Amino acid sequence: MKLSNKTKVLEQGEMTFAERIYLPAIVGGMGTTLKHFFSKKVTIRYPEQKRYLGPVFRGHHILKRDEQGAERCTACGLCAVACPAEAISMVADERKKGEEHLYREEKYASVYEINMLRCIFCGLCEEACPKQAIYLQHDKMVPVFEDRSEVIFGKDKLVEKMDNRYLREGWK
Amino acid sequence: MEITSTLFTAKAIYVGVIFAITLGVAAYSTYFERIIAAFMQDRVGPDRAGPFGILQPLADAVKMFMKEDFIPSQSSKWLFIVAPCLSMLTALMTSAVVPFGDKLDLGGDVFLDLQGIDVNIGILWVFGIVSLGVYGILIGGWASNNKYSLLGAIRAASQNISYELAMGLSIIAILMLSGSLSTKTIVETQQNGHWNILYQPLGFVIFIVCAFAECNRTPFDLPECETELIGGYHTEYSSMKLGFYLFSEYINMFISGAVMATLYFGGYDYPGYEFVLDKFGMNIAALLGVGALIGKALIFVFIFMWVRWTLPRFRYDQLMGLGWTGLIPLSMFNVVLTGATMLFTVNGEGSNWMTVLLSWAGVAVMLVVTAFYSQSQYKKKKLATA
Repeated sequence: MKLSNKTKVLEQGEMTFAERIYLPAIVGGMGTTLKHFFSKKVTIRYPEQKRYLGPVFRGHHILKRDEQGAERCTACGLCAVACPAEAISMVADERKKGEEHLYREEKYASVYEINMLRCIFCGLCEEACPKQAIYLQHDKMVPVFEDRSEVIFGKDKLVEKMDNRYLREGWK
Repeated sequence: MEITSTLFTAKAIYVGVIFAITLGVAAYSTYFERIIAAFMQDRVGPDRAGPFGILQPLADAVKMFMKEDFIPSQSSKWLFIVAPCLSMLTALMTSAVVPFGDKLDLGGDVFLDLQGIDVNIGILWVFGIVSLGVYGILIGGWASNNKYSLLGAIRAASQNISYELAMGLSIIAILMLSGSLSTKTIVETQQNGHWNILYQPLGFVIFIVCAFAECNRTPFDLPECETELIGGYHTEYSSMKLGFYLFSEYINMFISGAVMATLYFGGYDYPGYEFVLDKFGMNIAALLGVGALIGKALIFVFIFMWVRWTLPRFRYDQLMGLGWTGLIPLSMFNVVLTGATMLFTVNGEGSNWMTVLLSWAGVAVMLVVTAFYSQSQYKKKKLATA
């Protein structure tokens, strides 16, 4: 049954004289490789050069602050529940008087830890978060760790720095 | 006595320098092979060890030495060790007769020939040593006590023997032109631009194809055909013994490039030789000649690599067919053609251009006639089957 007109029947006949002395084809082939020799290389030298991985890449986690610089996270624990790898754990605490500029809600996470060996970067925490507090950054990867003591990332490594705010494409 | 001792020292230094150059070129060939391969595949190749990766050969050597030196328990131990050394030895010995340059004036009527030994059988020496080189592979394959190694070794042996015939026949035409087996004389007859490539286009094509086969390079690298034979004759080898095999292949490439330059591209001749000789004297001219020869040899090394990363490998029967039914008749025709051109121009004064014309015309006529003949055969076959 013919499905399309794209089929091409190849007939392998006897080679012509030019084909049988090989040399014309060899010279042609060498021309092709020489063209590639001078063409632009596709290699990206990774650690020095990084490639843009797109706006939806899921990299290093970040705990966002709001415009006033207060942490958005209210330690509801939904991210920990959503996490299929059980990588997230937290300790909730009550906001004291005078800490309004630090935490947006009355409850906050005094400890927030992600085990980077368990994390599978699925992004379900980001989807579960009702306060838009946790995000997986599209432009930053989790740095290499060399020791097991380094794999649990606490708030010092996760909370957004005000002088280096995270902006995703499409946000204002 | 004084003269001899100066000459002896100078010669010793010369041999050492050539040895070092050969090894250096071979070491960097491995690096450039990878770079060229990468470039032809739109990659950048090794670039981590040092700037542009130029310390890569060093890193490779360290790796080779650090690996476990394994000897299979059922192998012939001594032969297994001797084989790679033999490969290396024969690879290095070939360069002895290649004239790397003209004479150097050392002062006090002492002249140093920039050539290891000027034997009157020069080119036969190359052939003898190259044929010995097969032993390195053959003994290695045999001593490994491994079917694949042995198959690779047998392939290497039969391939080298087959292609040596065509190579030898293509050399005969050169000998007819220069009238001597000495490589020095062959180069001297080519001075001032009378390069043999002008008179021997067909001979050169035959020679370069055979050189590929002799060096076991793609498209003739059947002895180490990975798809069929694992690693071929060096399947069981590891560490620096394997390194020696790989290294000797690169030395062979460089030396065969130098031999091709000697036989067909005027050796150490270069345009403007007379000018340099007048202006700067004999020594500078000779040293530039050395540079010219090494440059030519390196161009051939590049061509070797270029072909390797372009062509797939032959099938074994195709290889044998090409050698026995293609190249040997062709080289015989080349001998006849050379003889004919010499006969026609024997009385002509300033007949160089005539010789060149006749040599190329002869090849063209041969191609046209063969093309017509094969076309008629093709038609006949088609009629017969239809």
